[in-house]
Amino acid sequence: MKPTDTNNPEYFHKVVDCQYACPAHTPVPEYIRLIAAGRYSDAYMVNWESNVFPGILGRTCDRPCEPACRRGRVEDKPVAICRLKRVCADMKDDITARLPKIPKEKNGFKLALIGAGPSALTVARDLMPLGYEIDLFEATSKAGGFMRQQIPSFRLPAEVIDEETGYILDMGVNAHFNTRIESMKALLEKGYDAVFVGSGAPSGRVLKLPGYELDGGKNVQIGVEWLAQVAFGHQTETPKDVIVIGGGNTAMDCCRTALRLGAENVKVLLRTPISAMVASPWEIEDTQAEGIPILENHNPLEYIVEDGQLKAMKFEVIEYSIEDGREVFTPTGQFETVGCGLVLLAIGQANAFKWIERDLGIEFNEIGLAKVDDVTYQSTHPKVFFGGDAAFGPKNIITAVAQGHQAAVSIDLFLNGKDLQERPDPSTNLLSQKMGIHEWSYASMVSEEERNIVPHVDLDEAIHSHTMEVELGFDAKTALEEAERCLNCDVETVFTADKCIECDACIDICPVDCLTFTKNEEEAQVRRKLNVPAHNLSQDLFVSENLNTGRVMVKDEDVCLHCGLCAERCPTSAWDMQKFLYIAPTAKLEND
Amino acid sequence: MSYNIPAFRHPNLPKNDLGYTSKDYEGAVSTLCAGCGHDSISAAIIEACFEMSIPPHRVAKLSGIGCSSKTPTYFLGNSHGFNSVHGRMPSVATGANMANRDLLYIGVSGDGDTASIGMGQFVHAVRRNVNMVYICENNGVYGLTKGQDSATTDKGSKSKKGEPNALEPIDLCAIALQLGATFVANSFSGDKDQLVPIIQAAITHKGFAFINVISPCVTFNNTPGSTKSYDFIRQHMASTNTVDYVPPATEITAAYDEGTDERVAMHDGSVITFHKLESKHDIHSRSSALAMMQEFKAEDKVLTGILFIDQDSQDIHEAMNTTAAAPLRSLNADKLCPGSSALEEINNIHR
Repeated sequence: MKPTDTNNPEYFHKVVDCQYACPAHTPVPEYIRLIAAGRYSDAYMVNWESNVFPGILGRTCDRPCEPACRRGRVEDKPVAICRLKRVCADMKDDITARLPKIPKEKNGFKLALIGAGPSALTVARDLMPLGYEIDLFEATSKAGGFMRQQIPSFRLPAEVIDEETGYILDMGVNAHFNTRIESMKALLEKGYDAVFVGSGAPSGRVLKLPGYELDGGKNVQIGVEWLAQVAFGHQTETPKDVIVIGGGNTAMDCCRTALRLGAENVKVLLRTPISAMVASPWEIEDTQAEGIPILENHNPLEYIVEDGQLKAMKFEVIEYSIEDGREVFTPTGQFETVGCGLVLLAIGQANAFKWIERDLGIEFNEIGLAKVDDVTYQSTHPKVFFGGDAAFGPKNIITAVAQGHQAAVSIDLFLNGKDLQERPDPSTNLLSQKMGIHEWSYASMVSEEERNIVPHVDLDEAIHSHTMEVELGFDAKTALEEAERCLNCDVETVFTADKCIECDACIDICPVDCLTFTKNEEEAQVRRKLNVPAHNLSQDLFVSENLNTGRVMVKDEDVCLHCGLCAERCPTSAWDMQKFLYIAPTAKLEND
Repeated sequence: MSYNIPAFRHPNLPKNDLGYTSKDYEGAVSTLCAGCGHDSISAAIIEACFEMSIPPHRVAKLSGIGCSSKTPTYFLGNSHGFNSVHGRMPSVATGANMANRDLLYIGVSGDGDTASIGMGQFVHAVRRNVNMVYICENNGVYGLTKGQDSATTDKGSKSKKGEPNALEPIDLCAIALQLGATFVANSFSGDKDQLVPIIQAAITHKGFAFINVISPCVTFNNTPGSTKSYDFIRQHMASTNTVDYVPPATEITAAYDEGTDERVAMHDGSVITFHKLESKHDIHSRSSALAMMQEFKAEDKVLTGILFIDQDSQDIHEAMNTTAAAPLRSLNADKLCPGSSALEEINNIHR
């Protein structure tokens, strides 16, 4: 194997599993240490710089960081990263003075952003401080997009959305609410220097079965639209019996909202088994905890409408299997009829770009999405950029934010006449944490605390209000305990081959046997020969330069605890613990 | 400085026949200097015992005084231990072995504890052939008293102070051979591939198994002029043989070369496979071992490996015919204190 080039920032970045997995590359261990130190506002700003909506994401993020967390490979459960993020949002002081200053003198470029969801607001956040003038168009009366319209208030209170969208709108964005853009052509003719489309994937899919026409869309409704009506107060009650069709997070939000609006009998029905549901595991848990039955393997057949009134829905029980990687639904001939007064369809969302004329130079693909470059987010019309669900279909908030950052970088490069493919480098910093002969500036000892559970409000109380937040968040003491579980994977083990005397001290002390001196060979052989063979191929091996005996030092990054004992036991400081800070590139002023 | 070690271990850590992982053979975190060779020897003992599935509670660790003698705290935390007076570990081990011959005795000593203050004890343990493993962690320096030359410092070797040693060293392996030791090996703390199977062979050996392990003192004796530094040993190390330990009732699959390989069956059914690197050497011959050591020393080389083995050795219990009687620990109170009438009888014999 070739010696590992640790000068390439991506090597150490990948060791910080959580940050690497985060689409916006939020420096997770950095803000967790700040939370442990009680510096909540500082922790909030680290988050705000990278993911723009810490309070919102701390409640609703899909948390790709948590399955990636190294702690999950060392013991059962990862650090509760998402809920720690909420802690810094809950406990921070007023941070308005820390927000970027917006230049009075503008740079002369004028942008139009379509939609006030996470991606467009991120573009505004990144480009307002650079002096751009921004017109923001939103079809509804408030900012937030998906976050406001489709996530129910008992998961995400409106005040949190108001606060965090407010930080951006208050930068001087010209926000036009209740203004739906009906024609891209007309918009472009207004002479904007660039247009960003962040209009989301607003239309839910319809399930047209026999009986659908009879109901006429009265009591068979699209889940996301129904949720938006609840969010804006247009819908305040439900019939007694409600059926939700679908197995994703929207289905979970629909049934829990229906329960709170007074439904007595809410059921979720889905074609697949529960084990194949796409909803986040914690959303399924919360739904089941509220006593809502989830009926699996039910294939919907018909809406039963009598005298224009929806009465029930008919299902066939199916057997689910996976053959050659494809889902197979085998009918069993067993039918069931479930009574209902309302059906909420949560079977997926689609984009609708009827308002974009097809002769403007914006090309579309076969599934109705604009052709967008997945690095620059530029469409085939050089002035038009896409991001969020409008770009590649429904994903999640943190992905929308990450795409907003990239689109902002592209817009800035584009308007400055630069090559969009030449992306700016991340900013990195590597700094020794040595404080004394065997002392580190981070908590190197590994906490054995198990993952803390977030307390909930009393269930009976919770299901009677659709605005009462169910989760209470960690208190300061629990937050500290949870923060201490973080392994500080960004404090990297840095090895200097020419200092090593091959005394074995690091190998003997390493609690997880991740170090080995060995002859250098092909990667497959090296992985087999390590003190504990390295079977997790998604984790890299560090390989040093040749040592005096001709061997190399190999470190399997997989389960390294970053406890620093290798560096503590090293007589020559060939190992050192150095904090690696990786800040993903965003649009910045040249001299910043 | 961390005196604790995180509780987590690699989730794929292998288990031995007893269902233990190597964690069950660890001790406390070492307080020796970072990089001390002794810590590697502790790790080698852990690995050897783990691989042999030795029940930790059937081991007694014994030591004297010195850096080396602190190390039993750092391995086999679930075993018995006795940290004795300086140089007196052999007599404690002999006594323990008399009382309970069923335990595995691992004595750990250093060059001061063995070759200076404990020399008188050491030589008698050798000639009595006490059934134990005796590891001398030999760094050629008095580390605990800040770096004076020891009795095993080679003539001309320079420690941190920079003064060459004027006196001839004691060669512990040679002395052990001359006194009739039945298992003698020389090894290096920085070469676990060699050291672990040697420890395993020594554990299997019935009788006194002596292993001299050169173990660099990073703080006082790892300097360019020293003959016991990591670099010096690596540059001057030569081996008689490489050794494989094959546990009892294991099918031997390794290739066997009539010319250079030799299998030695041990009394417990295990097999030690020697792959000779030095074809002239006969590991069953004391004189061959002594001659080889002289030869290599003349060439400024350090000869390592198993130098001599007598697999038919009779330990002290056999030699002194104590086997017929039960060991002391199995005697009950009546036997141990037969009462005044028994005393009277004995006294009457002498009247």
